[in-house]
Parts: sequence; C-alpha cells; structure tokens
Amino acid sequence: MYVAVKGGERAIQNAHAWLAEERRGDTSVTELSVAQIREQLALAVNRVMAEGSLYDPDLAALAIKQARGDLIEAIFLIRAYRTTLPRFGASGPVDTANMACDRRISATFKDLPGGQVLGPTFDYTHRLLDFKLAADGEVPQAPTREADPAPVPHVTGFLNREGLIEEAPHDDTTPPDLTREPLEMPADRALRLQALTRADEGFTLSMAYSTQRGYARNHAFVGELRIGTVPVEMEIPELGFAIEIGEITLTECETVNQFKGSKTEPPQFTRGYGLVFGQTERKAISMALVDRALRWEELGEDNVGAPAQDAEFVLYHADNIQATGFLEHIKLPHYVDFQSELELVRKLRREVEASQGQHQEAAE
Amino acid sequence: MKDTIDQTPDRKAWMSLMAKAPEGRVVALLDAALPRPAFTWLRAPEIGSVMVRGRAGGTGAPFNLGEMTITRCALTLPSGEVGHAYVQGRRKPDAEAAALVDALMQTDAVTVLRAKVLEPLEQEATTRRTTRAEKAAATKVDFFTMVRGED
Repeated sequence: MYVAVKGGERAIQNAHAWLAEERRGDTSVTELSVAQIREQLALAVNRVMAEGSLYDPDLAALAIKQARGDLIEAIFLIRAYRTTLPRFGASGPVDTANMACDRRISATFKDLPGGQVLGPTFDYTHRLLDFKLAADGEVPQAPTREADPAPVPHVTGFLNREGLIEEAPHDDTTPPDLTREPLEMPADRALRLQALTRADEGFTLSMAYSTQRGYARNHAFVGELRIGTVPVEMEIPELGFAIEIGEITLTECETVNQFKGSKTEPPQFTRGYGLVFGQTERKAISMALVDRALRWEELGEDNVGAPAQDAEFVLYHADNIQATGFLEHIKLPHYVDFQSELELVRKLRREVEASQGQHQEAAE
Repeated sequence: MKDTIDQTPDRKAWMSLMAKAPEGRVVALLDAALPRPAFTWLRAPEIGSVMVRGRAGGTGAPFNLGEMTITRCALTLPSGEVGHAYVQGRRKPDAEAAALVDALMQTDAVTVLRAKVLEPLEQEATTRRTTRAEKAAATKVDFFTMVRGED
C-alpha cells in the first residue's frame, strides 16, 4: 500500500527559520565573524579541513559558523561543497623534509640536529581554566630567538644510516583515489593512508589507543612529530613546468615501532606514518599508530584478530560523514517501512493468539 | 604566443610567489605600480581544486592527502603576451592581477613590476617566514644535565 504524505513544507520552512535564529543566539551579544572563527578557533578549523578533506581555512570557518559549532555537520558541508569543484589536477608529493617547522619534537632522541622545538603547544600547560581569557585582554608578544634557516632533517634518516629501520623507498606510482573510485578491499597502503587522513579523529584515536592497550600491540615511539608549512607544487600542462600553487600547514608523525623480525624481514624498527592537514597533532599520532597496525600483512606479522588490524573494519567505519549519514537517516520518516513492520507484528501476534486459543480449547 | 625566451626558472619563481601571497596583495601592489592594460580572457577566472599528495613515510610511495582550493585564469595582452595564474584559495581578483603581472613581466614593464610588485611580495614573505621561525626557535629546548652530588 502506498501512502503519499504531503504537508511538511511549512513546518520545515519554519524549523529552518528558527534554526537561523538559534544559530545567531542572543542578539545583544556581538555576532561572530568568519574571520574570528578562522583566527581564534583555528584548531576546529583545522579539524574541519582535515576531515572535510579540503584545505581552505575560510570555508572551514564558514562551515563551523553555519553548523553552530557542530564539527561533523561542518565537515559534511565541506564535503558537499568539495564535490561541486572541478578538479584541476594533482600536486606533486609535498616535501615534508623541507617543512618550515613551527614544532618538531622527538621522543626517541634527546639531542638531534634541528633540536626539540616545542612550538605553540598545550603540552606542559596545567590544564587549569584561565579566567583571564573570559575578560578582554592584550596578549603579550611571544619571545623570539635567532633561527637557523637550514632545513630540519627527518629523525628516521638517522636510524636509516645504521640500517636499523625499515626504509621507505622512493616510488612514483600514481596512488588510488577513494574520492573517484569506491573504497574496495584489499586496500593498499596508499589508499589506507588517504582514508585515515580524512577519518574521524575520535574513531582514529580510539583505534590507536586500542593498539596501545594490547590489541595488536606494536609498541610505538613517536620518532618524530612536526608541524609547519610546506609549499604545494603542481605541473601546469599549459606552461610545461611546475609552479608552487600555495602553501599549507601540515602535521606529520612518524612512529618507530619495535619489530622482532618475521619470516620475511630482519629484526629492525618498523614505521607508522601520519600526515594530516593543519595543526592536528592527536590525529596525526593516531593515524600513524593505526597505519602501523594495518601493515601486519606486508610485514609478515600474525593477525591476532585485533580490531585495528582489520582493514575492512577500520576503513569502512572511519569516515564520520558516511557513518553519520547512515546513522541519522533512521530518524527521517520511515512511515511506510514501519507500517509494513507493524502489519507483520500484528499478523504474528494473531497467529500466536489463535494457536494459544486452540491449545486452550483442547485442554478444556 | 611570445614565449620565445626561456625564462622558465624566473617565471616559475614569480608565479609561485603570487600564488602564495595573502589575499588582496597582488591587486594592491599591481594597481599601485601601473595602470592596468586592456586584455582578453583566454580562460576567465575559475575556482577549482587540486588533489594534494604526500608520501608514505615522507619518502615512499605517494598517496592522496586531500584537496585544496585554487583559482586559475589566463589572459592575453593586445601585444600578444599570455599571462597565466594559479593562486591558492577562492580569489578571482587576485588571480586576474597575477595573470596580468605574468603577462606584463614579458613586456617592458618588467623593471617596474619587479621593483613594485615582486620584490615587496618577496620581502613580505621573508618577513612572515622569519617571524615564525624566530618564535619557533625561542621554544627550542636547551637540555642541561644536573650533576648529582656523590657525598
């Protein structure tokens, strides 16, 4: 039976009008500008760019404003906008060894070329609410010190010299793109890294945490964590040479993992890799741990049945837009579906009651 | 097209510089340098995306990291020089100004544009870079070892 339902238009329009009003909040409080969000809620903007998979701080800030601060809704808006853009091409791989680093730390080497640079970090803060921020105030200028212009070398490079760490040999294979071809298993590492860099931060964090707690334990050290800017270079066909088309902030994490060796590999350190748009440190570390856990097969490790080793489980549940789309659709009208369920349950009930009635008659 | 002299390294440098300039800078500097010439669009400014790639482990196989927004355009001057622009973000006026500078850099305007557009942009970029690097340097850890008393 088909039942046509109409008549929601006015309610929907009014709901959206009220949404706009609620978004604005108390009009005696100054309205937030997109530039304020971009500058003062920069880490929220970074998360939206990373998981929205589109680097554009102004758009991410606008999406956060429109979404009333619901970051998954904002990511949804960015993903939807992204699909409207013509793709001009792909950049060359960014050169993170030449990153202009704001932050660069290593948990494996204390004294290393380039040094431990803390950058604008929450680490070592006391996590006490700062009530001074509730009042308007001038921020004192950050101190400066003469900087060494030389590029900061990657930590894994030092270990490579001794041959103690797995190499990441140069390769120029064109990577698969899950925005063009549906994500299918088995997924090679390039595809896994693409899925992980845009994956939900909370999901990636929990998966990474599960490996630390013993599910597919691989004992990760943060060999290096760096945050900074890199230029993006692209070959321009009509010019016949490459130019820099912009500059982006990235967070890169390389883990160094204990590895006793396997049937195919000698005892050495292995690597997990995280690279994420923006200053997104928790996500980059999480990505590196999950990347390493998913590499069990190519390293000849045992599959111990841990969730973080299951590429299908991880990759098919990591995308918060797919997840929220499917999850939230169940709140939308399912009147006809439910009507048939209702009919079925009533029918089953009648059958049960009828058979119980027969039993009773037989007993009497 | 009058692209006869190989000015590739130079051209690459100025196009890259303009692509990364903050919003409105190329427009402001160009308009302060000289009156804009007439031109015809070869490709009107359009906004699109570029897929940015990284490498696994920093040095290994490439993977797709995510897209960035880009504005591009191409134009030609009455004297035949062709100017191209690819600039970061959604910035049609900046793309137009960058393409004009690119075309005019192939004309006699080269000296004035170098002095009034490219050099200021270069200086501003250096200042921005140095300021951040100096703030980062101030957060560098100087380890020192405490000597433990043995008596």
